[in-house]
Amino acid sequence: MKTTEIVIFTILFLVVSGLGFVAARWRRPDDLATLNEWGLGGRSFGSWITWFLIGGDLYTAYTFVAVPALVFGAGAMGFYAVPYTVVVYPMVMLVLVRLWSVSHAHNLVTPADFVRVRFGSPTLALLVAITGIVATMPYIALQLVGIEAVLKTMGLTGDLPLIIAFAILAAYTYQSGLRAPALIAFVKDSLIYLVILVAIIYIPAKLGGWGSIFDAAKAKFDAAGSGSILLNANNQFQYITLAFGSALALFLYPHSVTGILASRNRNVIKRNMSALPAYSLLLGLIALLGYMAIAAGIKPIGKDNNTIVPQLFDNVFPDWFAGVAFAAVGIGALVPAAIMSIAAANLFARNIYKEYVNRNATAAQEAKVSKIVSLLVKIGAVLCILLIDPQFSIDLQLIGGVIILQTLPSVGLGLYTRWFHRGGLIAGWAAGMAAGMLLLYNISNPATNHAHFGGSAFPLAQLGFDTKITVYAGFLALIVNLVVAVLGTFVARALKSPDGPDATRPEDYFVDEGDPRAHELETTARAS
Amino acid sequence: MTTPRAGGGRNPDRSPLNWLLLLPIVIPLIPPLFNSDEPRLFGIPLFYWLQLAFIVLGVASTTIVYRATRRNP
Repeated sequence: MKTTEIVIFTILFLVVSGLGFVAARWRRPDDLATLNEWGLGGRSFGSWITWFLIGGDLYTAYTFVAVPALVFGAGAMGFYAVPYTVVVYPMVMLVLVRLWSVSHAHNLVTPADFVRVRFGSPTLALLVAITGIVATMPYIALQLVGIEAVLKTMGLTGDLPLIIAFAILAAYTYQSGLRAPALIAFVKDSLIYLVILVAIIYIPAKLGGWGSIFDAAKAKFDAAGSGSILLNANNQFQYITLAFGSALALFLYPHSVTGILASRNRNVIKRNMSALPAYSLLLGLIALLGYMAIAAGIKPIGKDNNTIVPQLFDNVFPDWFAGVAFAAVGIGALVPAAIMSIAAANLFARNIYKEYVNRNATAAQEAKVSKIVSLLVKIGAVLCILLIDPQFSIDLQLIGGVIILQTLPSVGLGLYTRWFHRGGLIAGWAAGMAAGMLLLYNISNPATNHAHFGGSAFPLAQLGFDTKITVYAGFLALIVNLVVAVLGTFVARALKSPDGPDATRPEDYFVDEGDPRAHELETTARAS
Repeated sequence: MTTPRAGGGRNPDRSPLNWLLLLPIVIPLIPPLFNSDEPRLFGIPLFYWLQLAFIVLGVASTTIVYRATRRNP
């Protein structure tokens, strides 16, 4: 047991939990019992809050623990997180403002809501909603892995601390909705920036400079015969397809969309696309902690590489600062876990409950369902981690990235074109999902003792090519999806299959704050 | 294909500067540019410092596009 660290961790954790409950009163709305307020913070967040909220949402505790762990184990490949988070913002900048506008005009809360009004297909919307929920669930569970890594290092074993942490989180998310993570994100991100800034100055100075850190890493990989501080001819294609595919997937995740829709206007979103890369820099520096751990001779607890960052902090920092660093990671898990559970709950309330269970649900009923589902989602995540091997969640999250990518044609391309037929999109989705599963199933990883689902790098040799080149499985699956969606659209047109009505108008994609909304359009779409 | 130019050509996001967004999308995805140890900067291999430097490229182009297309209240 490490008393100083535990005391500081606990104090900071309690302060933040207090903030979570107080958040219900922050920018207090007249009525918190609507999805607009509970689930989207009243769509009122300005540039700063949005920056902290989305930054805290996308760059999760798990990321902060897993990326350096990957760099520690494999080297350069783990650095894909940097190009991934560089290319994503210029790529989605003009797309997200369209999503914001059409959602503002039609009072949409989830990506599946958009698909519903755009393609007039409850089935396609249901598929998008289920995909979103399935992809998000393991992600929430993984946030627990982040907390667990810290607790382990502090010598706290057993399930109780984890259960308490998540129970508190569940309680204030239930009460305050999206306002809770928005307020907590300020503290979380300030702590993370502080810790990393100190780490990248203090640790290299202690270890004899950056040069010797990289040399130590190189020596370790050379001796081990696996991993490298540079890419080789075979994994370069995997590196860029993984970065590009992950970037395409990032803003398809329901929790990312929640953060975007909560912003006040289009300017806030555009501005954040140039401000959020500050977090990418942070992530890049955090990735290098993996090499610092090698140079400092850090050994993971058991076989769990995820513990190397906490172990490194514990080793090099004085106890009190290690406590601060652990709190940063622990609290870092709470923000995304809260937003993800809200996003998954909104999908359920909007696209399953309201669409299929109670068509005449009032706004208050919708919010009630969403709040309860957000609790259930978190209980599910805790059970997932406690009862099943955490490796299962890690594998599921890998699959999650591949499957969320299959909503790109309907959600992403749908924002630009109505050319696709709903039948084609459904066929494409099914084909992409099947292809993704098949590809992942055929990836083995002897290092982690996986015969199947061993990673995301698919060897092209399995398709009969005489090469050792690997490619990101999600990328291949998306190509299959797109080809089938195009062919399916031609077939549906040829068969004169009826297409769904499009309830959006071209000008809806440019609506801004203060412009009249078009709620009446949404009601027409639902009636049809 | 609906590339809406609603209200008689009013697309508030339209700007020739939007093409700048392609730079930070394409350049970080060309490994030959950065897949090398030398030259090092403060002991950090090219692979790492150059990819971190691409962040600046991303910030610069998104900032320019934001300024060109923002709506003034």
